[in-house]
Amino acid sequence: MKTLAAPVAGAVGFILLWQVAVWLRVADPILLPPPAEAFTDTWAALVRGTLALDTWRTVQRTMLSFLIATAIGVPLGVALGAKESVYRSVEFVVDFFRSTPASAMFPLFIVLFGPGESTKIAVAAFGAALVILFNAAYGVINARRTRVLAARIMGASGPRIMADVLVWEALPQILVGMRAGVSLALVIVVVAEMFIGSTDGLGHRVINAQMLFESGLMYGTIFVAGALGYALNLLFLLIEKRFVHWAGR
Amino acid sequence: MSIPPRQAAISIRGLRKAFGGQPVYSGFDLDVRRGDILAIFGPNGCGKSTLINMAAGLLATDGGTILYDGRDVADVRVGYVFQNYREALFPWRRAADNIRYPLRLMGLPKPEIERRLERLATSFRVRFDLHRYPYELSGGQQQLVSIMRALAVEPEVLFLDEPFSALDYETTLSLRDLLQAVLKEIGVTTLLVSHDLEESIVLADRLLMLTRRPTTVADDVPVALPWPRGTAALSSPDFVAIKARCLDVFQAAVAA
Repeated sequence: MKTLAAPVAGAVGFILLWQVAVWLRVADPILLPPPAEAFTDTWAALVRGTLALDTWRTVQRTMLSFLIATAIGVPLGVALGAKESVYRSVEFVVDFFRSTPASAMFPLFIVLFGPGESTKIAVAAFGAALVILFNAAYGVINARRTRVLAARIMGASGPRIMADVLVWEALPQILVGMRAGVSLALVIVVVAEMFIGSTDGLGHRVINAQMLFESGLMYGTIFVAGALGYALNLLFLLIEKRFVHWAGR
Repeated sequence: MSIPPRQAAISIRGLRKAFGGQPVYSGFDLDVRRGDILAIFGPNGCGKSTLINMAAGLLATDGGTILYDGRDVADVRVGYVFQNYREALFPWRRAADNIRYPLRLMGLPKPEIERRLERLATSFRVRFDLHRYPYELSGGQQQLVSIMRALAVEPEVLFLDEPFSALDYETTLSLRDLLQAVLKEIGVTTLLVSHDLEESIVLADRLLMLTRRPTTVADDVPVALPWPRGTAALSSPDFVAIKARCLDVFQAAVAA
């Protein structure tokens, strides 16, 4: 109970501050509706099913791009990490594109994949794959040398050392990369839903509500997107705790 | 000490190794008798670990030969216990699975693997739960698991690289007693690197004192104390005499 008390107090405080701002008329009520109104509008949209569908579509796109990113990033990162000289030669390119805002890549990906669904998935997968690859490679590069030597002296071959030691050594870092990757995929998907011809998704709903002056719904959608990001992060933290029980011990 | 070739399990000839142009070994010779426990003792940085890492095939030599009955180390079953058990065990495997790992690599049938595991647990009088993960065990228990893993393959040569240096004195004493009993029972040829003179004498049939770089043999001391060597042996006149001799040699070697 005690661990819950602090975050709950923080959330209540935030809503109170919002309510006070409304009472003080800090902004036009059309732009800043009271929290209760935002809640009822959002609840109504959820019950009608439109917002629920938008949430589901965003989750779908995020998970699909995340899965593609993992399928590419983990094996490639592990393979590159195992050959440090090779990784050093591609490191600059990886770092460069990792630092490039994914939104700057939209036009390029639209040319490559057309203005439809596949572009959103591709950009998000691209961004997330680089983060996952980078972490997987570093996980392997930073593997404890003693463990590799121990496996070698017990007669493990190169591929065996890869499967029995290096992948496990890198696993904590791989999961950190996957957690960062899924968060990034969500960010890119929501932005893509706003600007690349969409008819659904949380990004589409936010910008639509804004244009129609449905402020309550706009705030509500923002919070749903926030809750989604928070939940995904929490989920991956739990997975990390469960599957890399040895990390840091 | 001259050993007839037929009794020599390990034979090192003309060994050379340099780090960054600085020679550590330039023409080093050594024979180790089958079944002997050879302790290697010397000042910091004299290349004790370098020597056994080259012997174990973990580090390339710059020249010379290291042969086991005429065979290269790649054709010899070896066991190796690292100083840092925390970084040598696989924390994602349970203690028992760490010990089973080299046996599975050898492709032994399951009943044989279990038989060896049980026999090791009996020899070392293991009373803790081998089903736990390494990080759930104490330092002494973890190093014991490392030693069991190294011995599981029934090695022809065992390498021990400062196996007790990360443990407290009490744990070291009990682990040392267990280890000497098992090593003498199975009669495996052993190279022990240690920076603890008392430990080197207690565990060894023969103690090799090394000089500073470039490394040569300062003294080759036979340790003819009776086995087993319990805590009482530490105060026997023979032990004290050997220790005094070694200290003199050590001080001369460091001062030189």
